[in-house]
Amino acid sequence: MNTTRITLDGKSIELKATASTSLLRAIRESGFSNIPGACEQGECGSCLVRIDGITQNSCLVPAVICGEADVETVASLLSQDLANAFARHGAVQCGFCTPGFVVAAEAALASGELLSYDTVRERLAGNICRCTGYLGIIEAVLEVNEFRQQTKP
Amino acid sequence: MDSIYSPTTVQEALEVLASGARVINGGTDVMVPINEGLESVDSWLNLRKIQSLQVIERMEKGIRIGAGVTFAAIETELRYVAPALAQAASTVGSRQIRNVATIGGNIATASPAGDSLLPLLAYDAEVELVGVRGARTLPLSQFFVGPKHTSRKADELLTSVTIRDSQGTQHFAKVGTRNAMVISICSICVRIDRDRGIARLAAGSVAPTPLLIPAAERLLLRRDGASELSRLVVDASSPISDHRAPAEYRRHALKILTERIHRKLWQETQ
Repeated sequence: MNTTRITLDGKSIELKATASTSLLRAIRESGFSNIPGACEQGECGSCLVRIDGITQNSCLVPAVICGEADVETVASLLSQDLANAFARHGAVQCGFCTPGFVVAAEAALASGELLSYDTVRERLAGNICRCTGYLGIIEAVLEVNEFRQQTKP
Repeated sequence: MDSIYSPTTVQEALEVLASGARVINGGTDVMVPINEGLESVDSWLNLRKIQSLQVIERMEKGIRIGAGVTFAAIETELRYVAPALAQAASTVGSRQIRNVATIGGNIATASPAGDSLLPLLAYDAEVELVGVRGARTLPLSQFFVGPKHTSRKADELLTSVTIRDSQGTQHFAKVGTRNAMVISICSICVRIDRDRGIARLAAGSVAPTPLLIPAAERLLLRRDGASELSRLVVDASSPISDHRAPAEYRRHALKILTERIHRKLWQETQ
């Protein structure tokens, strides 16, 4: 067992992990439920986080290589306008995939580009939702993007 | 032995490699069997801190891509100079995979389905391998020896791939069940430069290794070569049946893809 210190949503925590343990498992096994995990092969995107500014699946990173890393999850990345839009468009049903979709959506919105239906679909293609049929999620992201583009300083 | 080594130079990395540590960069391939409990690791050689592996350089003859360059970088930075490679890069996994997955990982993993391998073969790429006793380069077409087997020696590190020639009209295409997160059922890359009489065709997921098919060159350069070309390409393939597709379907898809891409090339080069 190794000890790895990371910053999780602004809070310094210590993870216990073997070399083979993914960041996702190490975080959950240390008692933090900021990230859900599902496929653990990079397919579903539910464990999506931002590590030192790069959006990636936390199941595909060994915890031990994340020493001193700044890990941000839905807990610190979700903005109020996106939360409202998700609620308005029925973008959340069972909610399992939501943390991952929020991280992917915030990354797409942070790019500052004017997004289209197709580009949003492409940006969210690494995340799987089994309830909503995606339309609500895509509409929510498009609405926030449009609003932010119009109110750009 | 520590569980993690993060050297900042290739020389240091080679010393760690000799200790038997497992190489990791993006992790998107390496971690999957580990999460499934099929493999375990005692010690990592993390390449993410080696700056020299993350550089794309224009050389006098060609473009040198460091093994640690991500597909996200290739997708944007090589869009105009190596369009088929950028196109293939943009189909790898999903955005979050491309943010970390590297071209060196794709090459070293040597899957017959590796998306970037076909354009690299079509560009006459060479790989650079560095070991404690020195460096060597070899054509990418000689690097692959079988499914997930390469001629890299255990004490060597793949440090870069150099594109020798990316001129001409070119396309990459693959068949899969959806647009993202797909391991291709069959894939193809073609490049023709009619002025210089150069043509290349490479096919993926239809043989034990990604396949460069030199016999296809003459027919690629002929406008009316499509049907003869597709027969030749299918004959050169030796696909297997697995949970993704039966061999017969792969042959069928390869035939259609070859004809379609030939047509597209010739429409564009008129």
